Amino acid sequence: MKNYFKYIAILALGIVSCEPELENPIEDGGVYSNGEADFSNYVALGNSLTAGYADGALYITGQENSYPNILASKFALTQETVDFTQPLVNDNIGGLLLGGNQIAEPRFVLGGESLATARPARYNGTPTTEVSSKLSGSFSNMGVPGAKSFHLLAPGYGNVAGVATGAANPYFARFASSDNTTVLADALAQNPTFFTLWIGNNDVLSYATSGGAGVYQENVTDFTQYGPNDITDANAFAFVYNSLVGQLAGQDGLGAEGVLINIPNVTDIPFFKVVPVNPIPLDAATAGALNAQFGAYNTQILPGLVQLGLLTEAEANSRKITFAEGAQNFVTLVDEDLTDISGILQQAPFNLDPQTAGLLGQLRQATPSDLIPLTSSSFIGTTVNNNPMLVNGVSVPLSDQHVLTAEEQALVAQVTAQYNGAIAAIAQEYSLGLVDANALLSSIASDGGLNYQGVPVSATFVSGGAFSLDGVHLTPRGYAVIANEIVNEINATYSADVPAVDVGSYGTVTINNNVQ
Amino acid sequence: MKKLFLLGLLILAGATTYAGGYRVSLQGQRGLAMGHTGVAVVNNAELAFFNPAGLVFLEDKINAAVGVSAVFSDVVWQNEEFGQSARTDSPVGTPFYAYFSYKLSDKFSVGLAAYTPYGSSVEWEKDWAGSHLINDISLSAIYVQALGSYKITENLSVGGGPIYVSGSVNFNRNLNRTLSDLEGNRANVTVDASGVSAWGWSAGAMWSPIDSLNIGVNYRSEIIVKAEDGDADFENTPDSPLTSFPDTTFDAELPLPAELTIGASYQLNDKWLFAFDYNRTFWGVYESLDVDFAAPGTPDSFNPREYEDSSIYRFGLQYTANDMFTLRAGYYFDESPVQSGYFAPETPRNDSNNFTGGLSVNVTDNVAIDASFLYSKFKEIDESYDYYQENGQNVPFEGTYKSSAFVPGLGVTIKI
Repeated sequence: MKNYFKYIAILALGIVSCEPELENPIEDGGVYSNGEADFSNYVALGNSLTAGYADGALYITGQENSYPNILASKFALTQETVDFTQPLVNDNIGGLLLGGNQIAEPRFVLGGESLATARPARYNGTPTTEVSSKLSGSFSNMGVPGAKSFHLLAPGYGNVAGVATGAANPYFARFASSDNTTVLADALAQNPTFFTLWIGNNDVLSYATSGGAGVYQENVTDFTQYGPNDITDANAFAFVYNSLVGQLAGQDGLGAEGVLINIPNVTDIPFFKVVPVNPIPLDAATAGALNAQFGAYNTQILPGLVQLGLLTEAEANSRKITFAEGAQNFVTLVDEDLTDISGILQQAPFNLDPQTAGLLGQLRQATPSDLIPLTSSSFIGTTVNNNPMLVNGVSVPLSDQHVLTAEEQALVAQVTAQYNGAIAAIAQEYSLGLVDANALLSSIASDGGLNYQGVPVSATFVSGGAFSLDGVHLTPRGYAVIANEIVNEINATYSADVPAVDVGSYGTVTINNNVQ
Repeated sequence: MKKLFLLGLLILAGATTYAGGYRVSLQGQRGLAMGHTGVAVVNNAELAFFNPAGLVFLEDKINAAVGVSAVFSDVVWQNEEFGQSARTDSPVGTPFYAYFSYKLSDKFSVGLAAYTPYGSSVEWEKDWAGSHLINDISLSAIYVQALGSYKITENLSVGGGPIYVSGSVNFNRNLNRTLSDLEGNRANVTVDASGVSAWGWSAGAMWSPIDSLNIGVNYRSEIIVKAEDGDADFENTPDSPLTSFPDTTFDAELPLPAELTIGASYQLNDKWLFAFDYNRTFWGVYESLDVDFAAPGTPDSFNPREYEDSSIYRFGLQYTANDMFTLRAGYYFDESPVQSGYFAPETPRNDSNNFTGGLSVNVTDNVAIDASFLYSKFKEIDESYDYYQENGQNVPFEGTYKSSAFVPGLGVTIKI
């Protein structure tokens, strides 16, 4: 009888250890396929978008939801892969310290007491990520916030000593393998079998977000001549890009497979959609006073210039300044693309004093084709020296950095198209995948946006789901959309079967009322 | 005898048991070993649950049966579209029973019973892909019942009595698929209520038209357990008046559905007994799990379930090997009350084939050890729960599920 009990015990244990098993379990690796691609060592190159930067800062949960990290988790379901590593910052506050001094601000969160007063504001915390605390080891995610195309080839871009002067990048300084290395060199040193490259955004974006404060460095190939807000020459961009891809994917390079991601139109981002060109509320008395102030300019000086043949009728009309009682008066601005008439105005028959002539020299009111950066919202309507007569955007025209004019937009669009042409050609030359992020973000920014299994994703600021609270970078959900598109492209290009990304399970903006 | 024993083991090795929804059919090791039949089997004090009318037919003056089972039950889930997978790591459930009957006269017996016919214990990986539906649940209900059993004629009896239920529930889920605090910790809520009481009853009849044949019927009433002022504890919600989730109390109702059983047993000879039971569980009462939070700003939670009445078909046989050993085996088919599209991962049950077996060892004339086991075999199934809503839109939660359950049990029968 003892024996029988023993058998029962053995039998019972045998069955207990039988966990439920599916016929074709994902865990066992038989469901998906890497196809012709080899994801065993994936390295991502790029800028802030690749790093997982969001809400005006780099913070841990943002990095965890970076599109390369999402992709790596999918790749790991198709084959054996090395761990995907990221140069995680120290906290979820965001911001940077250099030698203990704050050099980058904490993240934006959505503050406010009610939905009516909800607004993005900097989180009230002190950054703890010290740039000079070097991380050891190499990192699969080589996304460096702020990097332009040519920065990936720039020695010393990760030298801590250069951060303070702007010669080096604080984010790369945290994990560069040496003072003189380049981003590309550190990526190549990892011998990636697969890569993604999303670079070039900042080559046009920083010009746009600065309201066109820089210049287009057309035909200038010496990048040391470039200011931070300048547009990279399109041919120089193509040369740099080709060099990057050649070393990663070329016969003489690593011969890795990969996907290139092109450059979205800057005008698709909420950064330029939030602040209207006509945000100025005026009562009847103020509007009247302002109209009186510009009366002589509108009715005598401008027609006079037309009479003299110095301005066309149309340009004169576009330079008129008029206000009305109501909430929707257009801002005034100095448009550098207008002919400067301040010299003429100081001469007969106008004989204006230099200060007034200077004010009117390139003055006009905004039109619906202008764009105002998000960052100018806190500037418009403020007064100069607390003088109620000197209101920025009204009696004091906005300077160049506060308006991206139609001419500036056209330049950005033209250069973006040139970059994308180069990227497409290079993708074809090296037989790489190409993700059209330009088209993707255009459809997100178009009416209604996109819909992922009942989850709407649009470019509406704060509530749209795609863009984080800085109006430029994406939310985890936005990055998931990008990752999903990359998966689609990989599956098509490399006959792979990588699972899709569940966009709806990725979050959007973070709500928190502890704000500055 | 040895051969027979091995045969019993083989049947055992193919076995399974568990019921649809959160019904746990483990109310007696002897009955369970025979496919959880018993409405027409006069065997021991387990009749207090299966059919109190039969208590008066027990030969001895004092009858008692106690036992406990260990429920090893887990579920694995995966979604191939997104490459997501998860499996439960559920704690071992320990449903128990304790029955006692005392024969006051030849015609009348009284009894006491305590048993746990409903319960659930499911623990998914925290923040898994379905965490907006459930992270974990622990549900238990203890039934305590006073019984009378009266013999109307020599071959017809009735029995029954009032049931007192004490229930408790602890349930945790994330508030939705994405909400988290600044550090990325997912916002979640735990609702907890214990000592929730309710009343019900059961009654049965047993008829023995000929000596070798018993026919039984038993009905246990529906009991709605109403949790009032339970604790609702919100964790990791954003620090903002925009998403205010103060800890509060809640009201909720959970039905423990009625069950009707009819069945028969046939004593072929001294050695062999056959039994058949048919259960109808009136799950249709479980339409929705609604949680009403007391705090005015906290949105209530509505979770359609739309269970349907379901049937279980049970077959059992018993072989009395000798004075010492009795062997049992059984099978039942358990129809899930869960309808397609309402497959929620807190009770992910589809139809199951269940195999049981067991034995009794008469240690003395008065004391027997009863052992049983149950193996529930579920088919792999592609299912979804389609009624979770975000922003007014239904967001289905889909995937492939496979459950398993293995339940060994041990009990003691005493007759004096």
